[in-house]
Amino acid sequence: MSWWERAYIFEIVRGLSITSGVFMRNMWRWVTFRKGALTTYYPEERRADYSPINRGKHVLTQRPDGRPQCIACNLCATVCPARVIEIEAAFDPDDALHPKYPVRFEIDYSRCIFCGLCVEACPEDAIRMVPDAPGLPDAERDHMWWSRDELLHWNPQRDAAKHSPSAPTVAAARSPGAP
Amino acid sequence: MIQDVAVVAVFIAYAIGVLMTFGLLLTWVERKQSAIMSDRIGANRAYIRIPFTQVKLVCWGLFHGFADGLKMLLKEDFRPNSYDRLAYAIAPWVAFAPILLVFAVIPFGGTFPPGELFDGTSLGAWFADRSYPLQIARLDAGLLVVFAFGGLAVIGAILAGWSSFNKFSLLGAVRAGSQMISYEVIMGLTVLGLILVYGTVDLDAIVRAQSGVVLGVLPAWGVVYQPFAALLFLTAATAENRRIPFDLPEAESELVAGYFTEYSAMKMGLFMFAEFIEIAIIAALFTTLFLGGYNLPFMTDDGFVFPGNRVFAVSHGVMLATQIVVFLAKVMAMCSFQILVRWSLPRFRYDQLLSFAWKFMFPLAMINLAVTAVAVWGLRHA
Repeated sequence: MSWWERAYIFEIVRGLSITSGVFMRNMWRWVTFRKGALTTYYPEERRADYSPINRGKHVLTQRPDGRPQCIACNLCATVCPARVIEIEAAFDPDDALHPKYPVRFEIDYSRCIFCGLCVEACPEDAIRMVPDAPGLPDAERDHMWWSRDELLHWNPQRDAAKHSPSAPTVAAARSPGAP
Repeated sequence: MIQDVAVVAVFIAYAIGVLMTFGLLLTWVERKQSAIMSDRIGANRAYIRIPFTQVKLVCWGLFHGFADGLKMLLKEDFRPNSYDRLAYAIAPWVAFAPILLVFAVIPFGGTFPPGELFDGTSLGAWFADRSYPLQIARLDAGLLVVFAFGGLAVIGAILAGWSSFNKFSLLGAVRAGSQMISYEVIMGLTVLGLILVYGTVDLDAIVRAQSGVVLGVLPAWGVVYQPFAALLFLTAATAENRRIPFDLPEAESELVAGYFTEYSAMKMGLFMFAEFIEIAIIAALFTTLFLGGYNLPFMTDDGFVFPGNRVFAVSHGVMLATQIVVFLAKVMAMCSFQILVRWSLPRFRYDQLLSFAWKFMFPLAMINLAVTAVAVWGLRHA
């Protein structure tokens, strides 16, 4: 070190002027109602370079009448390497085309590794992954389990490629004027 | 007599209120200022929700101080299994109390004549023609009292480290002891020059001596007469307060938390609070000794007198309020500067710390003292 640097005080003044300069610049931005920080308020804001190919959250697609496209074939649960998908199938005699449907379809996000194999395995395009992230931070561990209705309704998507006739529902059968 | 007691009680309430407010506010200032200095936003998630609505009052994160206090109160009060019971219990108070006591001799405003301010009321008649300097204890030995109490604070740190029965604590206490003794010497030597210039150790007299103007424009503050002493004093005071770059006694990357490693809950909070209050005390002391206390240039107790004899008279009550506000503003600015230093500089190594004190600052303080003595002698006999 040169004697200039060994005298401490000059280098300290230089350092303090840098930090106080940054402080003044940012403070001026704050008092003129601009943002004086590089921080992004993550859940409320999203960075401009948030990857468009990020697939962080599952969606269950709906049929035109709003019921799940899923036929409870269990392929996704079988292929899942982390074994986070739980499906409980049921039989619906009213729906002649898709009598088998899931009453329970749950994903445990505490163990999900977001590999996307469930989406590839699905023969019905019933499960998709979208550019989002599950809002996981919570006081309750149980809230990391997402149920069928949450997956179905948080961001409803319908399969536009398929035109399956809507099943005769109980409500439609009871109202004779309905088309 | 009873009037004096009443006035001093009011002063004490004011001093404690100011110091507690500073202690609470400085936690917020430190967080926010460091955040803004480093392009961050800072603590902003604590809020108070207005009942029955979804309106959340964030107030720039001001409630984080309250959240901290609540957390400290509710935490488990852990005690180490083997310790000196009494010393362990009183150590936080021994560290905390002397710092508060220092404020007793610091003048925080000009003369306070209650009989004149409340003239015509029964209160004014009760006080008659008494007048008080805005200072809790008007002691002739003011500056010596500051050093006496400032020196006591290290006992708290050493007691805490000794009684915790923990190697980290003991190391921190030993470091605190040698560091604070070293820097106490430098602090005393720097202030000696100031005593030579003003010829008194009475803080009130020192502040009044700084009210004038030198060379026409410069305020007659201590920092003008003794710039090197001001620099050395501020450095030594930072070391006394054990803050970065002198936070060796509690260096968290080496000693966990130094001498208060084994303290938890509100006892630990007391150590932290003492540190923040000491920032305010150092700022108040620096303001009193070097920044003219409550004085502004051209300001007197009865208004402003600008050069050319242009008098701008203001009533005494307004001037008193102005002086109090000026003092608090200077203290706040000095606190902010200390926080700036704390977030800009890296920590010293321990051998660097001591050689910096004895091989660098000690000779400088001696040279400063010698030059001041010669200059004062020369001016007296010229």
